[in-house]
Amino acid sequence: MTRDNRRLDLLLVAALVFFALLPWYHIRSGFYGFDWVADWAGDARLWPGIAQITRWWLLPVPLLLLGALALRLLRPAGRERGGLLALIGALGLAWMTLEGLSIGLRGWNWSGWLVLFSPVEGQPAFGAGAVGVGLCFAGLIAFGLAERGALKGDAFVLGAITLLVLLVTVFVLYPLASMFAGAFQDFRGAFTTEGVRNNIADPQIWSLRCLNGTGGCGVAWRTLLLALCTATGTTALGLAFALVATRTAMPFKKGLRLLTVLPIITPPFVIGLSLILMFGRAGFVTEFIQDVTGIELGRWLYGLTGIWIAQMLSFTPIAFLILIGVVEGVSPSMEEASQTMRAGRWRTFREVSLPLMAPGLANAFLIGFIESMADFGNPLVLGGSGGVLSTEIFFAVVGAQHDPARAAVLATVLLGFTLSAFLAQRLWLGRRNFATLSGKGDGGRHAKLPTRVAVPVIAIVAAWSVFTIFVYGMIMFGGFVQTWGLDHSLTFDHYARAFSVSFAGGLAWTGVAWNSFWTTMQIALLAAPLTAAVGLLTAWLIVRQNFPGRTVFEFALMLSFAIPGTVIGISYIAAFNLPPIQMTGTALILIFCFVFRNMPVGVRGGVAAMSQLDKSLDEASLTLGASSPRTLFRVILPLLRPAILAALVYSFVRAITSISAVIFLVSAKYNMATAYIVGLVENGEYGVAIAYSSVLIVVMLGVIGVFQLLVGERRLRRGETGGAGTRGARRAATRRTQEVPA
Amino acid sequence: MTDARRGAVSFRGVVKTFGSFTAIPGLDLEIEPGELVTLLGPSGCGKTTTLRMLAGLETPTSGEIAIGGTEVTRLPANRRDVSMVFQSYALFPHMSVARNVAYGLESGGMKPREARAAAIEGLNLVGLTGMADRLPSELSGGQQQRVAVARALVLEPQVLLLDEPLSNLDARLRRRVRTEIRDLQQRLGFTAVYVTHDQEEALAVSDRIVVMREGRIAQQGSPRELYEAPASEFIADFIGEANVLPCEVLSIEGGDASVRVGGATLTLPARDAAPGPAKLAARANAIRLTPGPGPLTGRILSAAYLGDHMEYEVETDLGTLFVVAPEDDNAFGQGSDVALAFRARGLALIA
Repeated sequence: MTRDNRRLDLLLVAALVFFALLPWYHIRSGFYGFDWVADWAGDARLWPGIAQITRWWLLPVPLLLLGALALRLLRPAGRERGGLLALIGALGLAWMTLEGLSIGLRGWNWSGWLVLFSPVEGQPAFGAGAVGVGLCFAGLIAFGLAERGALKGDAFVLGAITLLVLLVTVFVLYPLASMFAGAFQDFRGAFTTEGVRNNIADPQIWSLRCLNGTGGCGVAWRTLLLALCTATGTTALGLAFALVATRTAMPFKKGLRLLTVLPIITPPFVIGLSLILMFGRAGFVTEFIQDVTGIELGRWLYGLTGIWIAQMLSFTPIAFLILIGVVEGVSPSMEEASQTMRAGRWRTFREVSLPLMAPGLANAFLIGFIESMADFGNPLVLGGSGGVLSTEIFFAVVGAQHDPARAAVLATVLLGFTLSAFLAQRLWLGRRNFATLSGKGDGGRHAKLPTRVAVPVIAIVAAWSVFTIFVYGMIMFGGFVQTWGLDHSLTFDHYARAFSVSFAGGLAWTGVAWNSFWTTMQIALLAAPLTAAVGLLTAWLIVRQNFPGRTVFEFALMLSFAIPGTVIGISYIAAFNLPPIQMTGTALILIFCFVFRNMPVGVRGGVAAMSQLDKSLDEASLTLGASSPRTLFRVILPLLRPAILAALVYSFVRAITSISAVIFLVSAKYNMATAYIVGLVENGEYGVAIAYSSVLIVVMLGVIGVFQLLVGERRLRRGETGGAGTRGARRAATRRTQEVPA
Repeated sequence: MTDARRGAVSFRGVVKTFGSFTAIPGLDLEIEPGELVTLLGPSGCGKTTTLRMLAGLETPTSGEIAIGGTEVTRLPANRRDVSMVFQSYALFPHMSVARNVAYGLESGGMKPREARAAAIEGLNLVGLTGMADRLPSELSGGQQQRVAVARALVLEPQVLLLDEPLSNLDARLRRRVRTEIRDLQQRLGFTAVYVTHDQEEALAVSDRIVVMREGRIAQQGSPRELYEAPASEFIADFIGEANVLPCEVLSIEGGDASVRVGGATLTLPARDAAPGPAKLAARANAIRLTPGPGPLTGRILSAAYLGDHMEYEVETDLGTLFVVAPEDDNAFGQGSDVALAFRARGLALIA
């Protein structure tokens, strides 16, 4: 059992370094600058844990580490020692959590502790040393369990599970808990229900007066109504598009698939902006109608109607993307069977094809519902005076009212809606899975649409496509005119303001956009590989490893998909603004936010791709003497290249376009492109905002194009015949290349 | 005392449950070094689970497994001295044939150059000279299968495990490859555990067949023992599709029993039978059909022409019997009345 000892030695050495050398506490100026190295010995705030020991509550940490060391030296590796090591790790983590949460900057966080203990001096947030020691405790749990023989003694798998559980706890569960806790605290941190009581029954949230015509309805109901309309509309339109693309002879239908790329590369408020340019008070369509008919249209666009149109434009492509897979997934032989049984095209469509698509339609509906609820950009631009939940949360935090309790209550309501939709869909779907796509080659062709369906569907799709092209054309065009609605002379001024470069005295990025542009690129580039890594590692654990609590783990992850970005944003503020973990205002918080917000998609992609790899490939590798990390890196990952690339592209692009969570987390030093553009919109600088957005779209199109090329070049085989074990991989490969991540 | 010789395998009281389902209620099995043992049984009988526990891909719920005298019950697959040929071959599609074969050697710490040399030697052994740099997808099914065997053999494991290695091949290829596997095993003398549900395959390759049913060993022995002396109706039926008829043992003298079946009286090896009602396993080709009347008669329910032989279903007082008769001028049509007689070979009393 030398390898048990060897990895334990490494871990203990690491723990020693973290405890005896690195600063235990958070450094204000930042750890990675390494400015602190010079003052390290002189400044007590920079001392490592071993020198901070006068704070009595740190004492258990070295004692536990010494205990682990003693076990290493005195006991042989085995079940007994493993159990004790895991216990030490768990105790260490539990203690650090307890002391970190209990003792804040100014001493005890909760007055309750004062009754039991004497006052203590405060402590800053965890720094590099503390985080490192915490990870070492987690490592002790994993290695200890491996020594006990859990999961066949596979330390790598146990380590990965421990790490992921720790990360999800810290970056998903802890922020949500902090947000709820924040609702019950006054500004001094004492427990109070006042804020919640004031808000929970607020008529502005729950009023139903619009039903009897005596006033406006509460924001919760308006958001719900909007989400239902958007979900219904996008599902219907998405289905129409999917049917046209697969089952009609409409010309240009290949081009329809390009539409699916649009929502991924479009910054969220751009559609809203474009709509304003067309239908706003000074929009050219508005003016044209006023000139022709003399009817004063006014501000009709601002409010639920406008948001709904913008969301339809934004999210129909997503529904299309989902439903095209569903429509293609209906086995042609089912339809052919129906037709051989004397059913006409209409009856086949109504009684066979459509019911088989029902679960897919439910899925598209759910996605539309959640996207609409979570949407922040469009309501921000088009909401006018009547916002929705996500914008109300934003104004509760950043606005003049600054009411964290209200934000928490609103976020809870929002979360309640999305989670209920998610759970309802899960319950309804249950085992109602008609996925008729089997591994076997399914001959036959899809039935064409019956004429009475085809004609209206093609008409709708054509009209909507033209509208969409018009809207996007407007975005491109809007950046080149002087002042929209007043002066339509062409100009490059907006681009120059945003992206000018000066060569006088060396290269200087003089444009106003460069700062946020480069920050965005850096952060997106850092977040993308981390997201892909965490997502695929999780997928691998879910698909390939059988550990207790796996289904719960998987469910919790999928649940996090239903958490709107706005909620994540304010929960991160609630969690990471004060010790024990302090990250607000850093690039780190943005990166973590992106990783855990985009991870579910990486997990889903990874799960889908990995399920199509024959499990015996892993087993063959294991019986050939390869360890589980070797199996993962030499066999699984090379076969998952398309899924990896898709996850990379998706997380990179989402990091650039996302706004809802980001807007809470940006700082002067680390401003993101989208947040900056929102600022421009709020100042009425539409031209620059649109120019900047167009550049982002073009950049992202370029990135996607490059990645598509890379994926397309993947070749597993020169011949055409596939071996039994490889067929799944090829299917996965071909499917992935067609698929743009949702 | 566990057998400490290299290649010996022993299962002691091994139990495997999946949740509330008990796959293996308790298994004891010893395998000699150099022996080719087949685990045979219908699907769901626990044969694959047994093999996977030996490979380390499943962990027994209780009991002990030893390989070469070393207890390995909880040792993970990658630290066991066994290797496995998978039903799907599980060749890594992104690696060349040589890299597939060298993979295990490199996992064991061999240098890539040496591993490649050893891999090419292994490929020569299975007759794939010159294929080293192809991708698995560029090989035929039979060649892929041989790569899988080579990949497992180059590690020189104590025990080679084969999980239905022939099921993805067509019937003709299957016969050839199973002969090749048997030849290799005889030549190199390794221990092999072979899982199949095809009784003909099992009869052809095995030193010993272990027939499993519902997680237990129903009977084990050499192919001849199992075929000629099935211990139960299940074995008689599973190996060689025997007709099982009710009969009566009239008397036993020395090793021979006098048995009445239908209207006929036969003399058979007694085995463990005692006088009284018993069962007789009669192979399909041990029953002869003649036109005339006789002590046991029946009527042809169906007749199928299969080139070199005929297959009949015959309705008799003893039940519906399955009969294989050589194709000759005496073919019977559906509905004909026939007399049945028994040949001396192909009959066995079941206690």
